[in-house]
Amino acid sequence: MASSLRALRPALSTLSRASRTTALRQFSPAVTLNAGRQIRTFTDDVHNTPVFHLTEEENMLKEVVSKFSNDVILPKVRDMDEAETLDKSVLEGLFEQGLMGIEIEEEYGGSGMSFTAAIVAIEELARIDPSVSVLCDVHNTLVAQAFRKWGSKALKEKYLPRLATESCGSFCLSEPASGSDAFALQTKAVKKGDGYVLNGSKMWITNAMESEIFIIFANINPDAGYKGITAFVAEKNFPGFSIAKKEKKLGIRASSTCVLNFDDLYIPKENILGEEGQGYKYAIGILNEGRIGIGAQMTGLALGAWENAVKYCWNDRKQFGKLIGENQGLRFQIAQARLEIEAARALVYNAARTKAAGANFVMEAAMAKLYASQVAGKVSGQAVEWMGGMGFVREGLAEKFWRDSKIGAIYEGTSNIQLETISKILQKQYTN
Amino acid sequence: MSTLRILVPVKRVIDYAVKPRVNKAQTAVEIAGVKHSMNPFDELSVEESVRLREKHTNKTVEDILAISIGPPKAADTLRTAMAMGCDRSIHVEVPEKDEMLEPLQVAKVLKEVVEKEGRNLVILGKQSIDDDSSQTGQMLAGLLGWGQACGASEVVLDGEYLKVTKEVDGGTEVVRGKLPMVVTTDLRLNEPRYASLPNIMKAKKKKLEKKKLEDFEFRAVNRLKNLKVSEPPPRQGGGKVEDVDGLISKLKELGAL
Repeated sequence: MASSLRALRPALSTLSRASRTTALRQFSPAVTLNAGRQIRTFTDDVHNTPVFHLTEEENMLKEVVSKFSNDVILPKVRDMDEAETLDKSVLEGLFEQGLMGIEIEEEYGGSGMSFTAAIVAIEELARIDPSVSVLCDVHNTLVAQAFRKWGSKALKEKYLPRLATESCGSFCLSEPASGSDAFALQTKAVKKGDGYVLNGSKMWITNAMESEIFIIFANINPDAGYKGITAFVAEKNFPGFSIAKKEKKLGIRASSTCVLNFDDLYIPKENILGEEGQGYKYAIGILNEGRIGIGAQMTGLALGAWENAVKYCWNDRKQFGKLIGENQGLRFQIAQARLEIEAARALVYNAARTKAAGANFVMEAAMAKLYASQVAGKVSGQAVEWMGGMGFVREGLAEKFWRDSKIGAIYEGTSNIQLETISKILQKQYTN
Repeated sequence: MSTLRILVPVKRVIDYAVKPRVNKAQTAVEIAGVKHSMNPFDELSVEESVRLREKHTNKTVEDILAISIGPPKAADTLRTAMAMGCDRSIHVEVPEKDEMLEPLQVAKVLKEVVEKEGRNLVILGKQSIDDDSSQTGQMLAGLLGWGQACGASEVVLDGEYLKVTKEVDGGTEVVRGKLPMVVTTDLRLNEPRYASLPNIMKAKKKKLEKKKLEDFEFRAVNRLKNLKVSEPPPRQGGGKVEDVDGLISKLKELGAL
């Protein structure tokens, strides 16, 4: 997919819209272009390069994040998982390193880097701790991104500098009765004075314990159905906002997941993100991008689990007079697992570059997220087995990677939702 | 209070965490496809220079210039130095090959840069972790006729003077010298920062000047030739003895007693 898109690029600029579509159908049925947008400029320097090629600053970022993860996060991973809390110093470190404002423009105190840079950072963090990775992912690819895309100038000026340097953010869409069926949400917003009053509750809200800024989706006109859904910006200290419960989870336990209650939560008019009634569009759009981030979290997790196990198999554990990694049975499993990781990474990086190129990336993102989570689950499970007893005990990280992998099939669109998205797009392409 | 114009030489070396391997021809250590990064001692130099600027009133440090003599990839190392806080850099590009420049050659190039760029303080690593020569700083001080303080664990600026604490066998030694000076850094001097993302982006806009060895008056010629590089022989497993008597009888058996 990657090479065919790239091979087509020189041709794309000269082809007319109609023939472009034909050309794509012919050579690469998997790639659909947004016909409304011209593909001329590429924000990343990706001309005729391998899909894993990184720009100079992306390479530097990768190195810095890897160093930070190994030096600062790694010593705390086990304790944070046992305590089911994020160490404050880790969050402070993320802000200090500029990892909470990767794409936020420099004028707002961010780093002004590319979307792919965010993907690289999320992947590198997940190699060490998928919990920290998801915090960084949600904050950057959902919350900050929503402000950047749809926030008014005033909202951007007020919140982006805080998001980049000191305040964590949460994205509040899911509710007790609306998960995959996100647009069935029940939280209502009623006009009052110069703003809205929100009542209802949200569930499965990532980062909620750490966050100070919340994007809340609520319906201002239930009669209009999903067309009443509107995005609001609330802060932790707004009267009527409360955290009802912190969930105890199977995996990514250092990342907080909470139930939120809104009891006459007043939100001033200027805190409406974008336009009234457009919330459903924003939610779909941002989650499509977010899936690439979760894909990166899952490939990072798979890589971390794989590396952790092979180091043990090839350096430490001897049975029958030789390292267990010398046995062909294990060698071949190790090779196969790495192959699957690289295939998943290719999907993730291709999806990221496709988005950067301004092309339609919905199916690419769904495929990347789906496959990456499948590979993560499989490889981290195998890694436990390769390490035997040492993989099963809660001393090392093998069992934790496996527990952490489970969420990949659940959040930001379950595996079935991804399959539904992929098959819908394909059906449209192949229906006469 | 004097204004500091600092030169920080940095070197791109095989990453400290990588286990080096000798190439097949036994002429050098394998460098192709091996992870490289900034010499750890040089990270300390960069950090100390940046801290000198942060610790003192503005304008105490006029500018921090990083320099590297190395293959095209050494530019990455300079970008890192600039992302950590250096203001600009010079890359003296030399082709990637097995033989490295020797300390005297490096020192002579640095001397020319010091004079041309009007430097009055050079902070450099006490050694690089690849050839471990540990000579460049001293040679540079000698060529310039400047004072030197090697293996610094603390550097304090006091007007025209630098007070440098050095760890020596059995304690510490404190020396005081008048600028201009050469200081080499030791491991306990500081903890180098990570380059933050915004600073990585800012480093992109900082000036990186390309030069070649031919641009310098001094002509580089290596005086030593590597004849052979080999890995240390693998350790032979020893035997265990139960007690002192066992040890004595073993030593007698081997004819050592």
